[in-house]
Formats: sequence, structure tokens, C-alpha cells
Amino acid sequence: MDFEYTEEEQAFRQEVRDFLDENLTAANRRDANFMANWLKKVREKRWVGFSWPKEVGGGGGNIMQQVILKEEMASRKAPPLGTCMMGLAWVGPAIIQYGTEEQKQRFIPDILDSKYHWCTGYSEPNVGSDLASLQCKAVREGDFYIVNGTKIWTSLAPFASWISLLVRTSSNPESKHEGITALLVKMDSPGIEVRPIEIMAGGAVFAQVFFDEVKVPVDNRLGEEGNGWKVTISSLANERSSIGEVTAMYEKLERLKELVRKSRKNGKPARDDVGIRRQIAVFEARIEAMRLNGFRYLTKQIKREPLSSETSVNKLHRANLEVEMTDFAVELLGQSGLQLRDQEGAVDGGSWATAALSWPDVAICGGTPNIQKNIIAERILGLPKD
Amino acid sequence: MNFGFNEEQELLRDQVRRFLDTNCPLSKVREIMKEPEGFSRQLWQQMGELGWLGLVIPPDYGGVGLSWVDLTVILEETGRSLYPSPFISHSIAASTLAETATDSQQKRWLTDLASGDSIASLAILDDDGPPNADNITLVGTGNGKSFMLNGEKRLVPDAGLADLFIVAFREGTSNGKIALAVVERDQQGVSVTGTGTMDQTKRTGSVKLDNVTADETSLLHCDSDTIVRLLDKGVVAVTAEIIGAAEAALDMTTNYAKERIQFDSPIGRYQSVKHRLAEIYLDIESFKSLLYYAAWTVDESPGELSRSASLAKAYASQAFAQIGIDSVHLHGAIGYTAEYDIQLYLKRSKWARPMYGDTDYHYERVATLGEL
Repeated sequence: MDFEYTEEEQAFRQEVRDFLDENLTAANRRDANFMANWLKKVREKRWVGFSWPKEVGGGGGNIMQQVILKEEMASRKAPPLGTCMMGLAWVGPAIIQYGTEEQKQRFIPDILDSKYHWCTGYSEPNVGSDLASLQCKAVREGDFYIVNGTKIWTSLAPFASWISLLVRTSSNPESKHEGITALLVKMDSPGIEVRPIEIMAGGAVFAQVFFDEVKVPVDNRLGEEGNGWKVTISSLANERSSIGEVTAMYEKLERLKELVRKSRKNGKPARDDVGIRRQIAVFEARIEAMRLNGFRYLTKQIKREPLSSETSVNKLHRANLEVEMTDFAVELLGQSGLQLRDQEGAVDGGSWATAALSWPDVAICGGTPNIQKNIIAERILGLPKD
Repeated sequence: MNFGFNEEQELLRDQVRRFLDTNCPLSKVREIMKEPEGFSRQLWQQMGELGWLGLVIPPDYGGVGLSWVDLTVILEETGRSLYPSPFISHSIAASTLAETATDSQQKRWLTDLASGDSIASLAILDDDGPPNADNITLVGTGNGKSFMLNGEKRLVPDAGLADLFIVAFREGTSNGKIALAVVERDQQGVSVTGTGTMDQTKRTGSVKLDNVTADETSLLHCDSDTIVRLLDKGVVAVTAEIIGAAEAALDMTTNYAKERIQFDSPIGRYQSVKHRLAEIYLDIESFKSLLYYAAWTVDESPGELSRSASLAKAYASQAFAQIGIDSVHLHGAIGYTAEYDIQLYLKRSKWARPMYGDTDYHYERVATLGEL
């Protein structure tokens, strides 16, 4: 065991720190100008799509560099590296791996330049965790697919210019996973209707999307017909240690401790309350466990050992912590914790109250906690499938 | 960056596991449990010959001179197999002597500890209180060079088996400076009682001291950090054994859930069963990471030892207590029988919980260290 960084790694960390010293403005003074300049600068550094190969315009960063970049960005609360979130996280890697040369040239630069948003159309009204049974249908007619059906809980759909869509192209497949195809569809195509869905914390970041006889050129198919399931599971060499998230969670823990130091419970300082002290320590243990689990995953990735479902452990920790930490803050604040961001008298700008209504972003998107437990039980412990 | 074990350590793990699987399967554990001493001298001697009893003892004194990360590898396996022995007490005592004894003292004691010819334990705390200096009350009367010890150390792990004890006491008065001395079992005025616990693989006892002398030949170096470090090593050792034992309980229960058919299906298919097993996996993976890091800090980053040891033990003893209960529970009635092995892990989880501080103690320490 050693926790040393090589000279190259230390030099890279210093490079990131110097860049941040020079280019990062305090959080409350980041206006549109700052943001435009930031995106340009990080793009020049090739830190947008940092894990992607250099040939397609990415940064070609190795696993350790990816970790260091995320860690430094998170510890300084820097804005995201590029605003095309879905493109960077999901669609881009799939296009790089399965796309045609023409598709790569058409889409990858725009994702890296934050030109527009992508969204991903997976879930349907009756298809959630059991994604393979999706119904949205595409029928081939000449050089086009004709798409009919609907997608729901589509994050960023109200703002997206393109959608990466999973459709059923064969209705009697041997296995549910076969007969699914991935299509890249322009959101202003005739026949598409987007109905934003308001979330419980207010605002509409996701939507239901309806497809009525939408014509999609066959050239916009990603990968082979019937191969859509594989396309969604990218195997690019992304670091999966979640150490960037852990840095942010330690920062949140510090804010929680600050809240405890200035709050009272039952007429006494909250910091003297045994239950509160213990709860904070429990959070710390779980965040530290995530950090160290992450180092173990990282070690496996560096040694090129297979890393599979064990990362579900950190996903579960994160989901639970996100729910429990924000709920703890709101409970500690009592009635003063009930004001949301835009309401008179909100504590800490209503950030705790708003966060206490926003955890599904983390806890439900990308697989609910129950699904993560199924993954651990079936793939790691070898228990029979439901 | 490498948070994993090296090839030699993986080899050591294979070797220890093979040795214990062959020589100390659960059927053998049950035989040893029935012995009056609850201990097998023969197995202990073999462990000594293989170098494992002197793993953290310097080569100059018959040991192998390895680190606490290496020791962790063995402890995970002794925990997995429920190997009944004073291995934890012995290893902490040996490691402490290697750090605090003079050359001539090391020569006198460590060679026999490395071979297994003699067994060491710890008589640090005076009662069932917090595992820290507040709980050291025995007073040694004397002049700074030689002390007379009178009193009783209760709850001395493996007391009945040990040939020598590291004893903590206060110099002169009840709020005097803390000192450490080696007291030998056959020294005049020493009387030892050994007794069992609910976990038949773990033993405890007491050491009575009646005008026992501690002088420059037996006093050890002791500064303000020595006791904290000694007890933190105990925290690390117990938690390392928890990992192995918890994994064994999870394995046993998972296998049972795959085989036991109810309502025409293996019970492991029902989410109330499989989700609980997944949570157990999550907990073990997590306190395992915490403990590996704590073990690494013992030699490589001592300033971080207290916090990281507390995080590991706080998480592990609470999780393991629930794992013990749920493993029996998931087995149904068979798990309740003496004949079936899963109950042995439930008992181990009860034993491990208070040793070197329970979850309440360690979370409180984490909160204090975290400036709350």
C-alpha cells in the first residue's frame, strides 16, 4: 500500500491548481461572461471530455489524472467542465465507441464545445427499472425509421436539441434485450412534443416526450440495429472511484458541522447533544468509507483488474447520504428549516430545504437503491434473479 | 497510488488460509472450545514456527519485522476461522514491546514471544470503562525508578494463558503520570485467574498484584502517546478479525439462502432476504476499506491512527453485531441450534463489540477529533 503521487501526478495537480488560481472567480461573482470564458479556457486545456481519446478531441487523460482533475475542481467548487452534461456523460462515449466516422465528426465537437444540450430517452411510463421491456417503437421505411411512442422522466428534455433514443425495432425477440436500437433524433423533428414535468422542489428539469410518426434518417442510427442495449453501456476507460463526489460530500459535511455549531437543540447547544454528535460521526464514517472504497476501485483500475458491480456500494452510500444529510439539516433547523430558496427568512438561502426535496436526482436517477441492491445480490453474491 | 496488498501479502494470505482451513476447521475449533484452557498449544507452536507469532517483532529478536498491514492479513484469516487463541493480545504486546522496550528487555522477552514459547497479554485498563487513560487507576508507589504494585487488573484478555503482561499504572498517586511495566506470571505476588466468555473462542481473566515490584529491568518507555497508540492497535486488531468473521458469516448465510427452498424457490430470490445480504456486503466492504487504511497508518502515518481506527471500529462493531443477529435470523430455526455453526459468529460479534471501545465510544471520539 502507498498513497504517494508520482512526480508527474503532482505536477499535473499543480497545473490544475495554477489554472484555478488564475481563472476561477468567487462563486457569487460568476456571471455569463465568466462562464463563457471558463468554458473556452477549459476547452483549450482539453479538460472537457478529459477521459476521451485525443483523436476525437478529448484530453486522453489517464485514470489518475482524471481523479486529480475531478478532486481539484470539486475542492474549489469550480463550475462544470462543459455544460453538455448528458453528451459528456453518456451520448459522447457511446458515439465514440459505436458511431460512424460521420457521426463522430458531426456530434463530438459540439458536445465538447457545449453548443447545445443532449438528453437520453430511456424510461417510459410503464418502463422504469426494467428498461429492457421498453415499448417505444421504430419501423424501418426505406432510408428512415418511423418512431411512435413516448419517453418519460427525460432529464433536460425541455432544453435539449438532440435526444439519444432507445426504441424497439423487433417485437418478438428471443431475449428482451435484443430488438432494441439506439437512434439519435433531433428534438425539433416534426411529430415530437415535449411536456415539461414540474418536480417537487419546483422547476421543470425533466419532461415527457411524445413521438408521433417521427421520421429519423437511418444514418442517425447509433450502432447496428438490435444492438441498442450494448450501446448504452459504455466501456470507455472512465475512472469510477467517485472521489470527485466524495470531495463534494466532505465539503457538505463541513457545512453540516458549521450548522451544528451554531444551532440549538432542546434549548442547549446542538454540538453538546449526544445523538447529533453521533449522527455527524456516522456520516463522516460513511463518507470516509466511500473515499477509501474509491481508492480500492482506483487501484483495481490502475492494475487493469476487472471492476464491475462493486461500485454499486458507493452509489448506495451516496444515495443514502444525500437523503439523510439534507434531512438531518432540515430537522435540526426545526421550523426555521422549512423555507425554500425564494421564501422570506430562509436559512442559508434555503439551500438545505431545497436539497431535502432534490435528493431523487442522485438517489433515483441511474438506478434506484433497490436496483443497486439487486445488482450486488445477483452479480456479486450470486443469488438467484427475481 | 496503491490501496491494495502486494504479491507477498497475497501469498501470506493464501498460506495462512490454507493452514487454518487444514488445521483449524470449525470442527477443530469446537474441539478446542471444549478444552479447559480453550487453546491448542500444538497449533500455537506451529504458528510460531511459520513466523506468524513474531510477524511484527524485529528480525534481531527472532521475528520477521513486517508491518501492521501484513499483520492485518493474518488477523482477517484468524477471524474468518474463529481460531481460538491469544493471537490478538500477543501481537499487540509484541508490537508494543518492540517500540518501547530497551535492547536488553527486547532480547529477554521478544525471542520467546516470536517462537511461541511464551505468550504475552495486556493488563492496561482497570475496569469495564472507556478504553483510554481515564480508566487506568492502579497506583504504583515508589520513587520514579522502582514501584510497588498493589491491586487487581480485571478483564485482562487471555489472562489464563499469558506468561507475561504489559501492566499500566499511575506513578505515586491516582492522578500520577502513567507508566508501563512488564509483569511476569511467575513473579512473586502475581496471581492470575482465567475465565471464558459467551464466545467460547475468546477468553478473559484477571491479574492480582500483591506487592509486585516494577523496576528499571521491567519498566518500559511510556510517553503521553504510548497508551493511546497501544489501545489503537487493539482497535485495529479486533476490527481486522471482524472483517474475516463477518465475511465468513455472509458466505455461510448466502450459501444457505441459495439452497434453502421455500414456496418453490430458493429464499435468496426474495428481496427481503437478498437485499439484506446486499446491505451486509456493502457494510463489510466499507469497514474493510476503513480498517485497511487504519492498519496502514499504524506504521506509515501515526498521526492519523486514532481517527482512522475509530472510524473503522465504530462502523464495524455496530454492523457486525447486526450481521451476527441477521445471519442467525436468516437461517431460521436451524440457526438457533448449537450444532449449526452460524451461532458461533453471532457470539463472536457480541465479543467484538465492547473490545477496545464500542461504537458509541468511537463515534464520540470521531466527533471530538472532528472539532465538534
